[in-house]
Amino acid sequence: MASSRLFAASRLTYFALIVTGIMSIFPIYWMFVVATRSSDAMGQLPPPVTPGGNFGANVAKLFGNTDAYFLTGLINSAIVAVSVTTSVVFFSTLAGFAFAKLRFRGRNALLVVIVATMMVPTQLGVIPLYMLMTKLNWNDRLPAVIVPALVTGFGVFMMRQYASQAVSNELIEAARMDGCNTARIYWNVVLPALRPAAAVLGLLTFMTTWNDFLWPYAVLNDPENPTVQLSLRALSDGYYTDMSQVFTGTAIATLPLLLVFILFGRQIIGGIMEGAVKA
Amino acid sequence: MTVHLDARPPTVEARAQARAPRVRFSRFDMKYSPYLYVAPFFVLFGIFGLYPLVYTFWVSLHDWDLLAVDHEFVGLANYTALMGDTDFWHSVVNTLGIFVLSTVPQMLLALWLANLLNRQLRARTTFRMAVLIPNITSTAAVAIVFSALFGQQFGMFNWMLDLVGLDPIGWKTNRYASWAAIATMVDWRWTGYNALIFLAAMQAIPRDLYESAAIDGARSARQFWSITVPLLKPTIIFAVIISTIGGLQLFTEPRMFHAGTNPIRGGPLRESQTMTMYMFENAFAPHFNFGYGSAVAWLLFALIAIVALINVLLIRKLGGSVTGED
Repeated sequence: MASSRLFAASRLTYFALIVTGIMSIFPIYWMFVVATRSSDAMGQLPPPVTPGGNFGANVAKLFGNTDAYFLTGLINSAIVAVSVTTSVVFFSTLAGFAFAKLRFRGRNALLVVIVATMMVPTQLGVIPLYMLMTKLNWNDRLPAVIVPALVTGFGVFMMRQYASQAVSNELIEAARMDGCNTARIYWNVVLPALRPAAAVLGLLTFMTTWNDFLWPYAVLNDPENPTVQLSLRALSDGYYTDMSQVFTGTAIATLPLLLVFILFGRQIIGGIMEGAVKA
Repeated sequence: MTVHLDARPPTVEARAQARAPRVRFSRFDMKYSPYLYVAPFFVLFGIFGLYPLVYTFWVSLHDWDLLAVDHEFVGLANYTALMGDTDFWHSVVNTLGIFVLSTVPQMLLALWLANLLNRQLRARTTFRMAVLIPNITSTAAVAIVFSALFGQQFGMFNWMLDLVGLDPIGWKTNRYASWAAIATMVDWRWTGYNALIFLAAMQAIPRDLYESAAIDGARSARQFWSITVPLLKPTIIFAVIISTIGGLQLFTEPRMFHAGTNPIRGGPLRESQTMTMYMFENAFAPHFNFGYGSAVAWLLFALIAIVALINVLLIRKLGGSVTGED
């Protein structure tokens, strides 16, 4: 049949995909290689491409590094990412439910505003945001990076799209007949139905927040209270740079993301692709 | 303790009375609770997203310093100063250069990759995960790794050039080479992601379109350019707008590509300082000139809008559609 031939994968297809896959994974792999080697690994030619046995020693050096505050960075990043993720998922499912299933005046106009906010380069507002944080006395403290990230237009829109098709109107009506108020309907009927999409949103939010660099860099200037990405900056900007130690830092900072991806990669890919078709 | 001995059902009036507050609550609930549910987004976005962006413009009209008590209104003086600021224009050219070098190959490669992933593959999920992995890693971490790969003396890229008998390239000291190196990072991170977006759109194209084209004798390359690409146009426009917004604000990659003194300058001679970095350098350490930095932010905002518009117009023109609908 014509179509099966058109979409058949030739050897060349597999070859190209495997090469692309290797190129995608190699820098990460190499990061772990250097992280397991001694500090002279970076000065060797040809560059080493197999793991060594120095990982433990590098980790000890890294956590003992008095410039990087790496452990504080890890803990701070975990606190920030978990709080932001919880909040984004909660507010997005709540608003997404309202936009998809409740009738209220101005609903469509407000939804357009939400979509428009996704196009706004809010990063360009860092200067007044910094001034605002100074006023609130949040500079150098975690609320400065948590509070501005508590909601995202992307999250609301994604949950709205999912709720429109995943939650049936009959179910909501039935719950109302049983005397449920709207809050109960959200909690007992809508939230369970949104769980798959909410999980994907949570994973994406966690990864974005863990990775965030510019805003923490602007507002967390106390070197003793960094996020993990700022610890990495401190490590790599150091005057004497021990690359195997720096790479140990990058590897550990990447590890939570890799774990999330290995465990939930299928769902993440599904979420990205579904979002694409609807957008 | 009282015992209710009256076994008769309560009268209608009594029931209505008992229900009245509930009905009232329910009506209130139906009418106003939706606003309560969407309000957190608008309140928080208003305070921490929209207000700072708008206020940036107000700040840009002032001589506004971190330490100064008074902020003198200076009108467009910051903007006129920027027009004659060679470092600013340098950063504009860097930003656009890196943007073109990263976006154009990225979109073409993503289309090609999506086309490959759209075949009947074994280990489909594995391949999809493999191409998405760059996107989920930490940007700062990856920038550090690429910075080492592009090292002058011991970097892997120069080592490979040496293997084939070519001279080493000064990835950090040559302006254009540093653009290419940073664009490589951006491409590495985003090509797979965009490929999955394109793949999703490709899967929505009905296959009988290809079958009839094949019967008409169109070969697969021709089918790709005259069926797939035109039908993907809305998705491509979406992807290009998103990468324009992100790409012109590029910060982490060029910032982490350089280490040593004043890395916010993007190299000793500002080889790869982007506009966001220039905004940062002026608004925060070392200068803390909020007014000047804000003016840079607004010009960048304008540039994003212009480039996004140009891109949309270009893509609309390119690749005419065979299906006639556009």
